Amino acid sequence: MTWKKYWTDTTDDMERPLTEHISFDRPCYNLRDYEMNGGYQALRKALTLSPENITNIVQASDLKGRGGAGFNTGMKWSFVPMNGDYPVKYLIANADEMEPGTFKDRMLMEGNPHQLIEGMIISAFAIQANISYIFLRWAYKKAGRLLKHAMDEAYAAGYLGKNILGTGYNLEMYLHTGVGRYICGEETALLNALEGKRATPRAKPPFPQVSGLFGKPTIVNNVETLCNIPHIINNGPEWFKSLGKGNDAGTKIYGVSGRVKKPGLWELPMGVSMRELIEDCAGGMANGYGFRGALPGGASTDFLVKEHLDISLDFKSVAVAGSRLGTGTMIILDDHTCPVGFVHNLEHFFAQESCGWCTPCREGLPWTEKILLSIERGEGKPEDLNLLETHTRFLGPGNTFCALAPGAMEPLQSALKYFREDFERHIDQKKCPWR
Amino acid sequence: MVRIYIDQKPYDVKPGKNLLETCLTLGLDLPYFCWHPAMGSVGACRQCAVKLFKDENDKTGRLAMACMEGVRDNMYLSVNDTAAHDFRSQNIEWLMSNHPHDCAVCDEGGSCHLQDMTVMTGHAYRRFRYPKRTYQNQYLGPFLHHEMNRCIQCYRCVRFYKDYAGGKDLDVFAAHNHVYFGREKDGVLENEFSGNLAEVCPTGVFTDKTLREHYTRKWDMTMAPSICQHCSLGCNIIAGERYGALRQITNRFNGEVNGYFICDRGRYGYEFVNDPDRVRQPFVRAENEGNNLFESLNAIFTEGPMIGIGSPRASLEANFALRRLVGEANFYQGIPEDEARLLDKVLAIRKNGNVYSPSLKETEYADVVLVLGEDPTNSAPRLALALRQAVRTKPLEDMAPSNIPLWHDAAVRELIQDDKGALFMAYPVHTKLDELASGTLHAAPEDIARFGFAIAHYIDGNEALPESMEPQALESARRMADLLQKAKRPLIVSGTSLLNEAIIQAAYRIGRALEKDDRKAGLCLVIPECNSAGLAMMQAPSLRQAMKAAETGGFTTAIILENDLYRRGERSGVDRFLNAFKNIMVLDHIQNDTTSKATILLPAATFAEGEGTLVNNELRAQRFFQVFMPKNEHIRESWRWLDEFRQFREGTMPDELRELDNLLEELVASMPQFKGVEAAAPLSDFRINGQRIPREPHRFSGRTAMLANVAVSEPKPPEDTDSPLSFTMEGYRGMPPAPLTPFYWSPGWNSGQSVHKYQSEAGGALRGGDPGVRLSAEALHFANGLSTHIPPAFERQENEMTLVPLPHIFGSDELSVHSPSVESRSPRPYIALNGLDAARLQVAEGDVLQMQIGGQVYDLPVIRKDEIPQGLAGLPYNLPALSGIAWPAKGVLTKAML
Amino acid sequence: MIAQDTLTTEEMAEIDHEIALVPVRRAAAIEALKIVQQHRGWISDDSLQAIADYLEISPEELDSVATFYNLVFRRPVGRNIILLCDSISCYVMGYEKIYVQLRERLGIGFGQTTADGRFTLLPNACLGTCDHAPALMINNELFRNVTEHDLEEILDRYH
Repeated sequence: MTWKKYWTDTTDDMERPLTEHISFDRPCYNLRDYEMNGGYQALRKALTLSPENITNIVQASDLKGRGGAGFNTGMKWSFVPMNGDYPVKYLIANADEMEPGTFKDRMLMEGNPHQLIEGMIISAFAIQANISYIFLRWAYKKAGRLLKHAMDEAYAAGYLGKNILGTGYNLEMYLHTGVGRYICGEETALLNALEGKRATPRAKPPFPQVSGLFGKPTIVNNVETLCNIPHIINNGPEWFKSLGKGNDAGTKIYGVSGRVKKPGLWELPMGVSMRELIEDCAGGMANGYGFRGALPGGASTDFLVKEHLDISLDFKSVAVAGSRLGTGTMIILDDHTCPVGFVHNLEHFFAQESCGWCTPCREGLPWTEKILLSIERGEGKPEDLNLLETHTRFLGPGNTFCALAPGAMEPLQSALKYFREDFERHIDQKKCPWR
Repeated sequence: MVRIYIDQKPYDVKPGKNLLETCLTLGLDLPYFCWHPAMGSVGACRQCAVKLFKDENDKTGRLAMACMEGVRDNMYLSVNDTAAHDFRSQNIEWLMSNHPHDCAVCDEGGSCHLQDMTVMTGHAYRRFRYPKRTYQNQYLGPFLHHEMNRCIQCYRCVRFYKDYAGGKDLDVFAAHNHVYFGREKDGVLENEFSGNLAEVCPTGVFTDKTLREHYTRKWDMTMAPSICQHCSLGCNIIAGERYGALRQITNRFNGEVNGYFICDRGRYGYEFVNDPDRVRQPFVRAENEGNNLFESLNAIFTEGPMIGIGSPRASLEANFALRRLVGEANFYQGIPEDEARLLDKVLAIRKNGNVYSPSLKETEYADVVLVLGEDPTNSAPRLALALRQAVRTKPLEDMAPSNIPLWHDAAVRELIQDDKGALFMAYPVHTKLDELASGTLHAAPEDIARFGFAIAHYIDGNEALPESMEPQALESARRMADLLQKAKRPLIVSGTSLLNEAIIQAAYRIGRALEKDDRKAGLCLVIPECNSAGLAMMQAPSLRQAMKAAETGGFTTAIILENDLYRRGERSGVDRFLNAFKNIMVLDHIQNDTTSKATILLPAATFAEGEGTLVNNELRAQRFFQVFMPKNEHIRESWRWLDEFRQFREGTMPDELRELDNLLEELVASMPQFKGVEAAAPLSDFRINGQRIPREPHRFSGRTAMLANVAVSEPKPPEDTDSPLSFTMEGYRGMPPAPLTPFYWSPGWNSGQSVHKYQSEAGGALRGGDPGVRLSAEALHFANGLSTHIPPAFERQENEMTLVPLPHIFGSDELSVHSPSVESRSPRPYIALNGLDAARLQVAEGDVLQMQIGGQVYDLPVIRKDEIPQGLAGLPYNLPALSGIAWPAKGVLTKAML
Repeated sequence: MIAQDTLTTEEMAEIDHEIALVPVRRAAAIEALKIVQQHRGWISDDSLQAIADYLEISPEELDSVATFYNLVFRRPVGRNIILLCDSISCYVMGYEKIYVQLRERLGIGFGQTTADGRFTLLPNACLGTCDHAPALMINNELFRNVTEHDLEEILDRYH
């Protein structure tokens, strides 16, 4: 079993800047290989530009955060104070990929660690940060090894450390591996984890750009977001925009898991359709399985169903369809899987991963989990569906301290909408029809 | 002022506040849990949801947590909006999904914020039909009971204990809906402010363990506004009684003094009132001529001059009544000479008035703090809590450009992280505040004073520089001087704890120097006891002078007021003094060595059984009120005994109705320095609409039945001739004046959280102003001016150890140590030595050192404290087993040891 | 309180390295827990106290952090730790069958350790290899596309 098939399957001449140099048939590029394939040229170029200039280029490219929120990256950077009052600033790569159904950053880090490191150095320079961290998920052992090695190489080559490439710019980079908590992927919770504390999210505002790690201005960006930076610097914002198909710029690592013929990851233009992704890339549903719906971007996104198969997978179009692009890695619900059990599995996950800080999430999620379990076991009552709906309403954005619970409600609220009769059958028949 | 619209009604409100506190100030009932007026907002409980609108045309709006939104001009919001109301109701339902609903057996029931908020939101029907989560409880020591199943995870406990009070041994564990609040394992909660958890917790997770021993619902207690008796700060408290026993002390808000919190000595020291060793009957020693009280008294009062020994732990009224009875010339302070001299010094500084005397609250706003020769955690605990807040003042000011509002506690703490303002601790041994200190000096008292003089010199070159100081110490002093000079509100904390006059002088010189430099310097001086200042303001001579007078004066009678003289000096000296009298009349609460010498012993009311006035360390006069009428009619206020004796002697009849008021009037008339003291609280004839203020809540139960085992007819409730309070549930139901508030209650707000209804704004001063009257020292006269004498450096003595008194929060205070819970936290006697001294004396940690101190030999287990300078040894101050030491003291090894 | 247990020189050196990277000592708390767990398998009360002492924080402060995270073990674990992914893609692809088989084969459920101390079985949130579900991890090794058929052979590799 190799990783290879995922992007060599699609043979066309489209540009795939993120995965161009990724192949799992060979060891990943070391520094020399990376340099020979154009690596660190973007950094050399960036160091000749002013930090503000880089931020402007990134902002103009319309690169949106690939961790799920979809906020303009350059704009996020632009909130970092640049007036010299803040001698300590931080840049952090959020590599705590833990959204169920999401596995794209692992591939980027295992496939081309230098790409991330180069993206981080440029980004850190843009906000004039002198310390950077990669906050890596513990389970990504191989990525950890490769990143460590790549960092050592970068230090040795003068891309990291003091006086980078003779420009006077200094940047330290540290690799931090977490000890397992979904909430660490929330950027402010991640900061607390890095400070050696409990990873409870912080209030926003103030945003990390102003008061972040150890109270200093900080930018936290997703791995995929950062990997795009060198290419934007090399090729310019217009080029980046031209890569996208629909509303959004660039390429995107899309993924599919579940009962499809060929689950996997593909770098595709932003805005391919769901149908293209499932049928062309993933080979369609596995034999004997029918499509009922999909979570388009990880566990915390609303279901899309058959009627949505032709929508374009960009931030806006998916939002119009009532869901979120999220991480762009899709989980398929097939017709052999009980939607109630499916959603119960999700809510169990979210209830377990609630940090316990705010009431609605801490107490509301376990309640929905218990209701779903009792429905799944045939012990549900008709009024349970109203109770679930109440939860989806009250656990919405703004009502909870962070986005975990609202995210958890997305698959539930859409399941109640699209698969309501399945819930009702459980309650009527007093058993799970799939068991 | 900014204009906001709540449910379409315009309000002009103060800017800079959050919406929750604003709504509460406006009298709107908005439920909350995690927000605390002293601790700010963190947005955890999500209970205070309101609907916010973009503008007046926005009809959709969005839910927002009121505690996390600052008020802005032209803000439109709704509290009554259906969605907001439904969310609040749902939020309570979530909180209650695992709550055990055990109100009937919960100590919090009836004063429970969770109950109140549940009723307020209208949540009544339980839809959660699954098993509840359960937890193991922990043993947390003698002060608090732990019942985790009741927890609603508001995080207030850890925020208070860790963030506010600096505690280390309570935290939150685990995650999601398993979060647990407690210790790592069972054990005594070590922080000195742990008892506040019982009030900070909105439900019954942390409850007062001593109350549990003799439990009574809040609504069944007879309560009165009172003043803590256990140090010089005068924290305001509420004391509650039932069935003749004092049951509980809770915090009484005073914005200028203790705010929302008191220390554990203040909360748990009350049980001396219920002590089995209470003096309950007048006692006349058999060998005395008269064998009944009346005859004995008659004999005494006709028999020639009497000497009166006052007390720093008795009220102004009691001391004054004694002074009147024995005559001004025969009235003495009842404290050692050195202590009296130090207190004179403190008063002289106040008289000079040229260094500002901050209130306890104001000390929290200091941006640079120098503590010279005090360990506030042990000598004035609530001040230590204030200083913990003060070190945050500077970073809080520095963060102003970030525009993060101060009430946004979560963001503020993330931003300032471990940043602290400058705090310098100079004390012979490590103190708890050292952990916050930017600098420390562990030195002998003389050298602490010299360090202080050096600082004064570096601020004002006209101040003399101590000779032959180490360059390092000079550099440190210079840096401190620099910090103080740069500060906006520098604070110097000093006091009498080390019984060293030069330290107080040095502290004053620094204050003076800064004042000249036009800094608003504060000088906070800690003094020994709850009424040390009041007694000292009477300017009577010390106990030593009384002893001298007794030797020469031909007195036959001594009257000793609430004072165990054996704690004031050497046993032999006190013996000699007492033996000089034929009659020794002692008025006190509890049997002690002095009462055992009494020929006439009279049971004196404690603070809970009578009224009185105390003057705290900042000369704030505050009145405490009788909580209950003791069942035992022999227990009477000392002032009543003494004033009636006077009238008895003068052949006049006491005016029972205005006895206390008259006494206060006389006090002011004869000693102008007490001008204004009568205004500390309304006098006895004060009424509202002709009504008294009831000490009992209107739900008080069992009045007709509680004495049915004695008599079936309901006795007439006792009448209070001394105050406007009544001993019943009848009377004025509205808001009483602040000094007369016996408990906090407001419709729908049964717990102490209702205090905001009594405040002019949520978290602000009480309506009508915070109680207490600052007295002026101007009318006092001092024979000696303030000296600028710089003492020589400390020198180690070859054959003796110089002892320094180390006060302990639990143990050093005479009365509180009678509470079993406090006593159990008290250290055993010890002697603290530098390791080199220990080696020289050939003792190791734990070995018992036999030491002669004055005329007495003590067995003292050794504790090594290497920070103590050689030649100096620390001795816990006035533990019951270590009383009878005349300070300043030296220790000599006994022959047996040598 | 003085810990019964002390850190080894090696552990201290590794923790010192982490401390050097952060502005305040206690910020190395998570790293220190990881280091000691790496050496000792789990964090006993004594180990906790020793680490807390070393970081100059209270055991409460450290345990508050330790108990927050899923992978700090505050109870003894077996020589080998099986982390079975129970998240959504693995659910769809049938992790429950693997779990049933593990339970039968090892005689333990989630959160338990075999009597011989060979395995501890824990549920785990998404391992990030969803295109190869179901997946499990034993110690540092990832197994993907696990079938009931493979399980026997996989377990045999660990003693």
